[in-house]
Amino acid sequence: MYTPKPALKLSNITKRFGSLVANDAISLELAHGEMLALLGENGAGKTTLMNILFGHYVPDEGRVQIHGKTIPQGSPREALHAGVGMVHQHFTLGENMTVLENIILGTEPTLSLSLDTATARGRLTTLMEQFGLAVTPDALVRDLSVGQRQRVEILKALYRDTNILILDEPTAVLTPQESDHLFETLRLLVDKGLSVIFITHKLREVMTASDRCVVLRHGKVVLATRTDETDIETLARAMVGGEVPRAERVPGKTGEELLRLKGITVDGPQGRALLDGLDLSLRAGEILGIAGVSGNGQAQLADLVCGLLTPAAGTMAVGGQPVPRPTPAGMVALGVGRVPEDRTGTGLIGDMTVQENLASEVYRDNEFSRFGLLNFANLRRRAKALIERFDVRCPGPGATTRKLSGGNMQKLILARVLSGQPSVILVNQPTWGLDVGAAAFVHRRLMEAAERGAGVLLISEDLDELFQVTDRIQVMYRGRLSAPVRPCDVDAAQLGLAMSGQTMNLAQATPPAQIPYPATCTHRETRS
Amino acid sequence: MRLEPRENVSLALKALAPTLAIGMAMGFCSLLIIWSGASPLEAWGLLLKGSLGSTFALTETLTRATPLIFTGLAAAVAFRAKLWNIGGEGQLYAGACMATWLGTGLLDLPAWLMLPLLFLTGALAGGLLLLGPTLLKTKLAVDEVVTTLLLNFIVLLFVNWLVFGPWKDPMAMGWPQAAPVVDSAVLGQMIAKTRLHWGFIIALACAVGAWALMRFTTWGFEIRAVGHSPQASRFAGIPVNAAIVRTALLSGGLAGCAGVAELCGLKGYLTLDLSPGFGYSGIVVAMLAALHPLGVVASAMFVAVVSIGADSMSRALNISNYIADVATSTALLAVLVSMLVSRYRIRWR
Amino acid sequence: MDILNFMLETGFWLATVRMATPLIFGTLGELICERAGVLNLGIEGIMSAGCMSGWIWVYMGGSLWGGVLFAALVGGAFGLLHAAFTVQLGLSQHVTGLGITMLASSCSSFVFRMLLPKATTPPKIVPFQNMDIPGLSDIPFIGPVFFQQSPLTVLAVVAVVVVSYVLYRTPAGLALRMSGENPMAVESQGLSVFSIRTWAVVTGSALMAVGGAFLTLSAFDAYYIGMVNGRGWICIALVVFASWRPGKALLGATLFAAFDAIQMRVQQQAAMAVSYQFYLMMPYVFSIIALIVMSRRAAYPKALLVPFRKGER
Repeated sequence: MYTPKPALKLSNITKRFGSLVANDAISLELAHGEMLALLGENGAGKTTLMNILFGHYVPDEGRVQIHGKTIPQGSPREALHAGVGMVHQHFTLGENMTVLENIILGTEPTLSLSLDTATARGRLTTLMEQFGLAVTPDALVRDLSVGQRQRVEILKALYRDTNILILDEPTAVLTPQESDHLFETLRLLVDKGLSVIFITHKLREVMTASDRCVVLRHGKVVLATRTDETDIETLARAMVGGEVPRAERVPGKTGEELLRLKGITVDGPQGRALLDGLDLSLRAGEILGIAGVSGNGQAQLADLVCGLLTPAAGTMAVGGQPVPRPTPAGMVALGVGRVPEDRTGTGLIGDMTVQENLASEVYRDNEFSRFGLLNFANLRRRAKALIERFDVRCPGPGATTRKLSGGNMQKLILARVLSGQPSVILVNQPTWGLDVGAAAFVHRRLMEAAERGAGVLLISEDLDELFQVTDRIQVMYRGRLSAPVRPCDVDAAQLGLAMSGQTMNLAQATPPAQIPYPATCTHRETRS
Repeated sequence: MRLEPRENVSLALKALAPTLAIGMAMGFCSLLIIWSGASPLEAWGLLLKGSLGSTFALTETLTRATPLIFTGLAAAVAFRAKLWNIGGEGQLYAGACMATWLGTGLLDLPAWLMLPLLFLTGALAGGLLLLGPTLLKTKLAVDEVVTTLLLNFIVLLFVNWLVFGPWKDPMAMGWPQAAPVVDSAVLGQMIAKTRLHWGFIIALACAVGAWALMRFTTWGFEIRAVGHSPQASRFAGIPVNAAIVRTALLSGGLAGCAGVAELCGLKGYLTLDLSPGFGYSGIVVAMLAALHPLGVVASAMFVAVVSIGADSMSRALNISNYIADVATSTALLAVLVSMLVSRYRIRWR
Repeated sequence: MDILNFMLETGFWLATVRMATPLIFGTLGELICERAGVLNLGIEGIMSAGCMSGWIWVYMGGSLWGGVLFAALVGGAFGLLHAAFTVQLGLSQHVTGLGITMLASSCSSFVFRMLLPKATTPPKIVPFQNMDIPGLSDIPFIGPVFFQQSPLTVLAVVAVVVVSYVLYRTPAGLALRMSGENPMAVESQGLSVFSIRTWAVVTGSALMAVGGAFLTLSAFDAYYIGMVNGRGWICIALVVFASWRPGKALLGATLFAAFDAIQMRVQQQAAMAVSYQFYLMMPYVFSIIALIVMSRRAAYPKALLVPFRKGER
């Protein structure tokens, strides 16, 4: 029987960064009209591989063949020419320019004397109708929602006659319902002849949306199979290479109220309220999860509790003490531990040493400095002790922080935060970018802290994490919080409805019948 | 072409950077010397002889190095906090003006009181001058490079007005200069019959002080943290704006001291050519020293050697002494490349 | 009021347009660099280099337009050096720019001194003569102001129109603007950020140098060291004032030159109550004020000062 050449064939792709082998002799094929899911933990090499395919990186060994023809490496132009298009994880759009400008960039000869916007508009309109993706060509990108921006990215690829479309973690910023809509669109594209690869670490998506899946671990292909011939457990085990370490949350007794937000309002540009009369109550010994798609006020909530902003209205009280004008140092002094979302830009000073980063919140204490002179002996002792207690893998207290892995950086931040025995702990996307082992470590420490009586406020876009670790969940939408529910009383679909604003009362939300979402509650009954 | 960070940077490689830089600068200037019709070897020889070849030459070089150490420290301290203080020239003159105002007869104090007072007030004047652009930066996000630069022009015009106008010394036979400082305000000579004055020792002391500040104190920690990452510093509770303001007062103060030292140690009275660009040279000095306060002493010496040597070389060989500025600015650009090469490997794919 | 009266004289506006010319070139040049994402602090030195090289070309016997072209080439060469450091190697744009200003200025001074060592008074050349378009320049008031200017002034206005068109209506301009907003977007569409930024810096620097050449080939007829006198730095402030738009750059430069002309006229007419040095300070003070006023609403190109590193994790 005649087997047509695969649309895409990667042979023996190897890529090294210094001593790290990101891709190790990877070979994979993609047939025409097929949707392939590329799975793996953070650091498995998925994005590196796709960047090689799209020409951002040059492989050290191996080649890429599109429709049987080998394409030159290291050039996005060649990849585009061969029909490969990519929707990056962090959108590649110019915010201050229009949708049309973003789409036609690079499509006309550089030395041409004018931009042919008329033809471009016509072509764009045809594509929008053909694929059911609606955007306003003259809108500025910065005024668009995340979902709309993703649509622009897809149209950008379609405009260039892509027939192999790569999507890198496309659902990271979408609600469950928006993700479903995205996969419907992708299925439509596949029906019209495109081949699609999407990178993800969400196993449920793989099972429902893909035709085939490939699992990477430590830069090697460990599993390649048709999706209907496998199941979630097999995939999970392949991703991690063994049993999946899960931290199981056993809710304990809750105590007094440690953090109280009442009527918090924070205003944003153009008069829109980023936090809109928000109320929140956190008790000792509990882990409260805040779900929601990014951009609904989570950043402002985190900034408020971290002491980085003062609300326009409303009150905040920590341990009963009102805080009218929060400052970072002030919040630390009140016993608030803060783990920010951005590890490298906000949480740590990359160019300083591990010891210095551990000192950054406490260097003014009497133990560590007198009359302005730093006490290096004590600082070093503290650093050594914390490195050991929190298993931070680094050459020593004098190591440059930038060189640590993501997991070790997060452990370092945790060490700094937990060493002060805080009563309130705010963590924002704590396991983003971490492998399962490191994530489990973080969860264990947070649960230990809660057992010791701290209150943990966990802001996360990862629904799995919220179901695993929290005692109560509230959904943030447009600066307001839904009423809290226990994880065992809801499922992801109901959370998804709240995340897209369709209901603020989760207890009464009924998920639409046609989206089957299994409940993932692993809670046992509350101890008394 | 791609840059790949090196795994370990040995000390030898780090020391290579300034050496390579100086080599490249000398290479380029040698080409210019050949074009001017002279022999590079002879020219460099004369340069070294003119700056280091005799006791007198050496003292001249150290005298020239004195204001450069001050302005170099000013730039180094500011740049560490990512505060781009290009206004060293104006701050220098601000210090000199303050010393002229107080030191030409307004106050009558013994030397052990007068000199510290002049240095302190001169430093204050320089620091306050830099405070303006710094506050514009912290409160209104106005880029300080251009504001400090433009202030230089304004200050120089102000000094111009002072020495031609209200402060013009009637006993100076028509030359535009202010009255000389009183005797108790004079920084004496370190070595008789030379121009080397005690300001040099004060400059060295400031270098050690700046180094100790950056390394051992909480202020130094804050300045370095803010320079590396204002965002992470703010998050950790480090007072970012206060640290930047402190840095400004320190940096402007050091540049102001340069003005006081030149006034009280070398010139004796305020003129328009008190500083032939020491403020700007200070930036080169700081960058060549990779912003290290003790390294500033060494690179100030280098720039002084080139400056003084070029003066004497140019007299002998008829080569314009602008070659000194060409040499130092080439060294500045070369040191950027050298620092990069010592930290990154260049991959051609 | 005296001030309003003399603003109606054609002489005043002639001077204004003339003084605006180097600022227009410099601001346009810097604007092109910054729109692509590169802050070019070498502008002061590049203008000096253009000033000196254009003049030297003519002094050595070349034609005036040849001098303009030579100045542009010299400016472009320094721009290439700047781009090699900041775009290709990703080095600090602040330090590189300052280094290039120092290098270009000192090289210009050195070369000038070596070529004319014995000059006590600066030698002169025959500069551009003002054009005289028959018919149009006879229109009262508008005639002389617009049509009796130096050809370089006309070139400046033409440059504003051309740069505006290229920036907003051609693929190259779109790519340039995007390089200053999101370089990754440019790379992902198959274009090279390195090439675009390098071309931008080279072109911008060439324009800056022509602005410098205007001073010696048109406004004055001799070169002296220090002639540029801070105009380059003023242009950097004007770029912010113009919100990185060529049309507003023309407006800003003209406004600035008008203030300068007013300041000079008031200095001549007022009794010496305030010494002339304070009038000379005015341009720099205006620039600082312009920066403060516009910084509040600054629509910075988002990728300005951010070096683009290819293939970095």
